Amino acid sequence: MSLEDMYQEIILDHYRKPLNRAPSLDDEAVAVHHSNPLCGDEMGLRLRVVDDAVDAVVFDGEGCSISQAAASAMTDAVIGRDLKDALDLTEDFRRMMHGDEPTRADDLKDGIAFQGVAKFPVRVKCALLGWMALKDAIETYERGASAHTVTHEE
Amino acid sequence: MAFDVPALRKEFPTLQREIDGHRLVYLDSGASSQTPRVVLDAMDRYYSWSRSNVHRGVYQLAEEATDLYEGAREKLATFLDADPRGVVFTKNATEGCNLVAYSWVRRELGPGDALLTTVMEHHANHVPFTTAANELGFEVRHIPLTDDGQLDLDAARELVADGKVRFLAAVHVSNVLGTINDVAELARIVRDANPDAKVHIDGAQAVPHLPVSFRGLDVDFYAITGHKMLGPTGIGALIARPELLESMEPFLTGGDMIRDVTLEGATWNDIPHKFEAGTPMIAEAAGLGAAVDLLTELGMDAVREHEADMAAGLLDSVGGIDGVTIHGPSDPTLRGAAVSFAVDGIHPHDVGAMLGSKGVCVRVGHHCTKPLMRCLGLTASARASAYIYNDRDDLEPLVDGIEAAKTFFAR
Repeated sequence: MSLEDMYQEIILDHYRKPLNRAPSLDDEAVAVHHSNPLCGDEMGLRLRVVDDAVDAVVFDGEGCSISQAAASAMTDAVIGRDLKDALDLTEDFRRMMHGDEPTRADDLKDGIAFQGVAKFPVRVKCALLGWMALKDAIETYERGASAHTVTHEE
Repeated sequence: MAFDVPALRKEFPTLQREIDGHRLVYLDSGASSQTPRVVLDAMDRYYSWSRSNVHRGVYQLAEEATDLYEGAREKLATFLDADPRGVVFTKNATEGCNLVAYSWVRRELGPGDALLTTVMEHHANHVPFTTAANELGFEVRHIPLTDDGQLDLDAARELVADGKVRFLAAVHVSNVLGTINDVAELARIVRDANPDAKVHIDGAQAVPHLPVSFRGLDVDFYAITGHKMLGPTGIGALIARPELLESMEPFLTGGDMIRDVTLEGATWNDIPHKFEAGTPMIAEAAGLGAAVDLLTELGMDAVREHEADMAAGLLDSVGGIDGVTIHGPSDPTLRGAAVSFAVDGIHPHDVGAMLGSKGVCVRVGHHCTKPLMRCLGLTASARASAYIYNDRDDLEPLVDGIEAAKTFFAR
């Protein structure tokens, strides 16, 4: 698989015109900040919860095309889902990044385009950054907190 | 040009590779250099002919192994204009810096003292000393940068004025900015304010690229690594004033570094062996010796001349691309051939991946210099670093790859 194949048009579209990219959200429940010191990626993610579901999620920050595009596709896939369901989908994406076949390919929406990234081990953490920030935001919300900062070691 | 680069390139097996049909263009020697056949052969000869342990063997193989190991020390000492008794083999430059931190700084500095360093240090020459400072309560002061990415020596003079600075840890050549620091002048500044102050230099990015005289620089400690100077991984050295080593306690203890051992304690071997506990890296020393021979044969003045030319070429070609910003000195005579750059609107990771897919190897990230990156207002950069086997033919694929990244990632 060539590099150009990894960067499918869907990924480049999300990179060029990201969905739900914003620094803040009205009535947000949780703000998390994730960074990856190894490559210098920084991501802020904000979550609004209504009736135990993802009512809105936005992200901003700095990072490579894969990290930014994956976060964009993630927001589109999880908005409207129950928190538990969003965590389940996150796990499906995480497994896909480690080479497993996704069990919820349709639900991942454009997230499925990132399957090829699994073949580029150093970029897997980039694709996972937004999803891991979402998972952390939901878990932070569930333990009653409103903010959390995470530094990824690998 | 003083040496024939295309002919030299043939001596490096890895450089004969292709990546997806592209000629391999290796511009990451700042991270690790390629290995010439003569170095591989030297290590192979040890393993396939003289394989045995060093010191105290009374048979021919052991004598050969000892000669290889101690011979490499002699070669390195001559290469760096140092006393072989002051050449301590280490795993890498990081271990050399830690040896100095543990065996000198941590035993000498305390509350009321200050350690001077710079904002452009590699983590290897930063973390061992800041960790010590945080534990022992001495102060750390930082020499800032000028706008052109050099050390502000006027600021350095002010930082030492109160006479509290007892130690300087500074890098000779910056792995990010390429800046060649005036180490001898820094040492003078520190000693003018405090004649007993000690000076430790991280020479990992200097020794592969410039003529270096340890005696000429008049510093106390100088750490180097083998794998950036055509040698194998797993070997480096700390060069030190012998009389200073004599006065210091060992960092690591165990076999080979002792004179006598009783049930209750031990006395230490002579320097430099006092600082080399356990079976050393014998094959790696043989390889490093061969690398030193090759660099000596090329001549370090010629190497520097070649790299100043490559630095100029990189500044012109990469710096000439629309939307590219070069970090560090713009004058090639003030810098090495490691050139960090930013491409407007494109993350360094994407630039590096695009170049990599075309066979062009550059490093991306923080280059183990997070404090410097914060000073520069960056989280990451891309860095192309040239060495003796690169020539101006390597610049075209680099420039083409950066242009391709610009097109591909255009928003």
